[in-house]
Amino acid sequence: MKVVVDMNKCQDHGQCVFAAPDVFRMDDDGHLAYVPDPDDALRDEVEEAADVCPLQAIRIED
Amino acid sequence: MDARIVVAGASLGGLRAAEQLRAAGWTGGLTVIGDEPHMPYNRPPLSKEVLAGRAPLASLAFTPKASAADVEWRLGTRIVAARLAERTVELDDGSVMSYGGLVVATGTRPRRLRCPGPLAGRHTVRTLDDARALRDELTRPGVRVVVVGAGFIGCEVAATAVGLGAAEVTVVDPLPLPMVGPLGDLLALVLLKRHEERGVRFLLGGGVAAFAGDDRVTGVVLNDGTTLSADVVVESVGSLANTEWLEGNGLDLTDGVLTDEHLRVGGRPNVVAVGDVARFPNARYDGVPRRVEHWSIPTDSARHAAKVLVGADAGLAPFAPLPTFWSDQHDFRLQSFGAPALGLDDIRVLDGDPDAGDVLVGYHCHEQLVGVVALGGQAAARGAARYRADLLKQPALTA
Ligand SMILES: Cc1cc2nc3c(=O)[nH]c(=O)nc-3n(C[C@H](O)[C@H](O)[C@H](O)COP(=O)(O)OP(=O)(O)OC[C@H]3O[C@@H](n4cnc5c(N)ncnc54)[C@H](O)[C@@H]3O)c2cc1C
Ligand code: SF4
Repeated sequence: MKVVVDMNKCQDHGQCVFAAPDVFRMDDDGHLAYVPDPDDALRDEVEEAADVCPLQAIRIED
Repeated sequence: MDARIVVAGASLGGLRAAEQLRAAGWTGGLTVIGDEPHMPYNRPPLSKEVLAGRAPLASLAFTPKASAADVEWRLGTRIVAARLAERTVELDDGSVMSYGGLVVATGTRPRRLRCPGPLAGRHTVRTLDDARALRDELTRPGVRVVVVGAGFIGCEVAATAVGLGAAEVTVVDPLPLPMVGPLGDLLALVLLKRHEERGVRFLLGGGVAAFAGDDRVTGVVLNDGTTLSADVVVESVGSLANTEWLEGNGLDLTDGVLTDEHLRVGGRPNVVAVGDVARFPNARYDGVPRRVEHWSIPTDSARHAAKVLVGADAGLAPFAPLPTFWSDQHDFRLQSFGAPALGLDDIRVLDGDPDAGDVLVGYHCHEQLVGVVALGGQAAARGAARYRADLLKQPALTA
């Protein structure tokens, strides 16, 4: 699975981190870091993260 | 269940309901009916980035999931009535549509002030068209703005207006502090100060008696008789649930549509409600049904209600979301987790310094943490994540 976060949109809300902690995390400066090619087993989590992102910045490509 | 599922309301709740019905295994017909002409779009930026001109209108549209590609969208169409016993809804073109399942997702609309005076020049912010119209007025040079109502939306609009260079921005509210109802006085005082430092004026403790002007508003007359000059007025005095179309079915429609602990309406297995319009008991708290106007609720409730509607709810625990809210004002952000309003009598600073604008505040009920609000910087945000985990672990609150 391929995940893309539009970093121009992302405002570091961190909601995605709660939904899918294996894929998204906040780095030491409070900015978003993420795994761009997570395992397919994490799809449900990642879809939930995409749903809860207030800026709708997360896209799942295939 | 056969026939089709009708989703009433084509905003966030309606979209998520459609997507989650497909995810829950519903392969039958699915129609979403909404009275706005637009596909579902994101409302929070309407009082923030969109009003400020930092986000193009086109960026607001949600991208529906592929699973919802075959959903039928009937936009620009209003449901005028429902007959639940007959399983039908009536549309504004006079046609009647039958359903096997119904999702109520008609949300809310702004409450309006009923004072005498002209209507022109008075705005509310709920829809894309509202935000567009208000932006046109706020960007006029030298504009004087009066915001009536010091809740979240009012304070966001005031902050945005200052940012746009409005000549005067005044917020009026009968309550003594901004956002004090949901946040309590500790944070409300801090926020008042921060708004004032950034150029917003507050006239608190008194209401609006009338609007001055003939064809168009020129001022706001307060209860104490003073008149504030105004070129533009924004009314942000709460919201009313869109439930009129459900009348005549014996439902409890006092402040939204009442649901049971699984979001079912009127004891019917084939009718559920989601989002702003639903007045539901939250099993996490005291079981008192409440409407919760947070952006997180349409998504959470649609996930639950879809399972219930398609009968995939064996062993499903009662709906118990952790409410989540944020608000951006000037250069600061508020993030709220849980139900601070249930813990206003016992507010404690958990971390940071309120005056420095980087603080984490905890709300308690019977010594139990029920809500956390972070204001400002990264320390607050990081702390909030830790306390959010605590909130999720708390036992249910008993009244
Ligand atoms: C300006 C603004 C800023 C906000 N900011 C934040 C924020 O920062 N953080 C946060 O957590 N939340 C925020 N919110 C709240 C959040 O946007 C709402 O909780 C969310 O939009 C609710 O979605 P919904 O689908 O339940 O209802 P709505 O979005 O109200 O959708 C209901 C839809 O149903 C339609 N409808 C109504 N009656 C009928 C009918 N009879 N027939 C057909 N269609 C009908 C309506 O026109 C509307 O399109 C904000 C809201 C606004 C307005
Ligand atoms: S939820 Fe969205 S805005 Fe927030 S950090 Fe994740 S991607 Fe960025």
